[in-house]
Amino acid sequence: MNIFKLSIKNIISKPLNSILSLALLILGIGIISLLLQLNSLIKTQMDNNLKGIDMVVGAKGSPLQLILSAVYHIDSPTGNISVEDAEEIKNNRMVGSSIDLLYGDNYKGYRIVGTEDKFLDLYNAKIKDGKKWNAPFEVVVGAKIYSKLNINLDDELVSSHGLRETGESHVNQSFKVVGLLEPSNSVVDQLIITSPQSIWDLHDEHDHDDEDHEEHHDDEDHDEHEHDHDDEDHDEHEHDHDDEDHDEHEHGDKEITAMLIKFKSPMNIIQFPRQINENTNLQAAVPSYEISRLFKLFGFGIETLTYLAYLIILVSGFSLFINLFNSMRERKYEMALIRTLGASRSQLSVMVIFESLILTISGFLLGLLVSRLGVMFVSSLMEESLNYSLSSLYILNEEFWLLGLSILIGLISSLIPAIQVYKMNISEILADE
Amino acid sequence: MIKTRGIKFDYNNQVFFEFPDIEIKTKENLLIIGNSGIGKTTLLHLLAGLLESKSGSIELFGKEISNLNSYQLDTFRGENIGIVFQRSHFVNSLTVKENLELAQFIANKKDNNRIDTILKSLGILDKSDKKTNQLSQGEKQRASIALAIVNSPKLILADEPTSSLDDENCDRVIKLLKKQASEFNAQLIVITHDNRLKKHFKKSIKL
Repeated sequence: MNIFKLSIKNIISKPLNSILSLALLILGIGIISLLLQLNSLIKTQMDNNLKGIDMVVGAKGSPLQLILSAVYHIDSPTGNISVEDAEEIKNNRMVGSSIDLLYGDNYKGYRIVGTEDKFLDLYNAKIKDGKKWNAPFEVVVGAKIYSKLNINLDDELVSSHGLRETGESHVNQSFKVVGLLEPSNSVVDQLIITSPQSIWDLHDEHDHDDEDHEEHHDDEDHDEHEHDHDDEDHDEHEHDHDDEDHDEHEHGDKEITAMLIKFKSPMNIIQFPRQINENTNLQAAVPSYEISRLFKLFGFGIETLTYLAYLIILVSGFSLFINLFNSMRERKYEMALIRTLGASRSQLSVMVIFESLILTISGFLLGLLVSRLGVMFVSSLMEESLNYSLSSLYILNEEFWLLGLSILIGLISSLIPAIQVYKMNISEILADE
Repeated sequence: MIKTRGIKFDYNNQVFFEFPDIEIKTKENLLIIGNSGIGKTTLLHLLAGLLESKSGSIELFGKEISNLNSYQLDTFRGENIGIVFQRSHFVNSLTVKENLELAQFIANKKDNNRIDTILKSLGILDKSDKKTNQLSQGEKQRASIALAIVNSPKLILADEPTSSLDDENCDRVIKLLKKQASEFNAQLIVITHDNRLKKHFKKSIKL
């Protein structure tokens, strides 16, 4: 037996006394820790997917939507842009490299992206089994998808139009799985990747039966015709004639959904996007800028919630103080007895402080546990709606700060009860019986 | 050897007590008898070092306790004095045995054999793992005697140990106290208003 064990026994013997303070503390610590975790996880996840992308070019619309759809693949595309327009931007001397993206179809909710080989390098994604896509309708599947849907090499996938599972199926054509990717901890894990040609082919057949036909007669097409007078485009024209998309060609040209661009020099990030937005019918968005804007929007909510959580912690400290104060009064004969057995004043005070600290530190640990469960819960929600997931069991630096806060709360709450016990007049208490 | 000279005490300059001198030799027991309100508990607390006398001297086993500071007094009390209160007090979150272990920890005298010896001698060894509030009144009194003697004190102070008991139990308790005191080589001072105890003591003082 020692003072520490005595403190533990005291807490355990009357669990109801401390349960409210403990619950409040767990709630407060849990909320703050959950917010910290989510903030850091989402930031890392977002930053991971942002590497090597200075600018995204797509159709006019919301810049944030363009970023969310082209970089994170969690929103609908803003529209399509013509290959000619994209070419023009690619040829600009400020552009270092670019990657075309075509999306708008899914397989069981997971997005199918038509893109170039470079796309994999951007995320450091490597083929685990099989090979890269080559011929039309060959696909490579991200790690999360094949492990979740149990997809193997040579499986045939029938895609649906749109970004939801419920979209109309492309029944005439299916994709063949030729490769599986290693987990890369980036957005690639939740994508199905194929060549741009596959998407074009898929939609040519599809569009025939569609009212899309009329759309192609719109003003866009007039532009195309003018372009066609140029030599360059003419060649492509001829070439395409031999292809199977004969019809498509007569009405317009191939389109892509968005383009990821890396500049030659980071300096261009200021001027170039503005030029595009002002002088062309395309939209350029800078991901780092849009994401920090998004976080600012979130930030207000997070801040409010954090203050609320601190308030809860404060209340838990107050409740802990009251419960210690009452408990000391209830146990005054016990205290007097322990003193008559030879314990010093400070030993009793230490016992009170221990009782308080044991509660706040276990509150901290349980709060951390709650926040981890919270992360799992939020992750499962995101997985369901966005096919995105988060996981982390790291302890953040800010959480060590929370441990400090819990200890501080424990010390402050027990200060007055400890002094009260220290100053206790044992003779008076014992004579009172 | 227990010796007091001219002890005086007052509560806030309103209630004054002057106590007769006490002197008992080694192995002697003492009965201090007096009516309510005459300062019996005050005297016991003075002897135990729970109160500080305003004047006079209290010498226990060669040590003048009024010269000790608060911390030394606590240590001295833990090592040398066991107190049996009128009403039994325990640490309620602990079992009988754990209470005794706590007492040993405080006096820095860990000895599990002694705990069993004492509980056996008091006839409550089978209650050692019970919480103290599960004990009967008689068992509680035995357990509180155990708590007073677990650290082998040289002096056992008992405050009204028999006041609420019938004749038969009064007899039983005082015999038990005397037996434990002699068995474990302690001197016993009982402070009471209970005249029934007179026949059990050779030496007594009236306040």
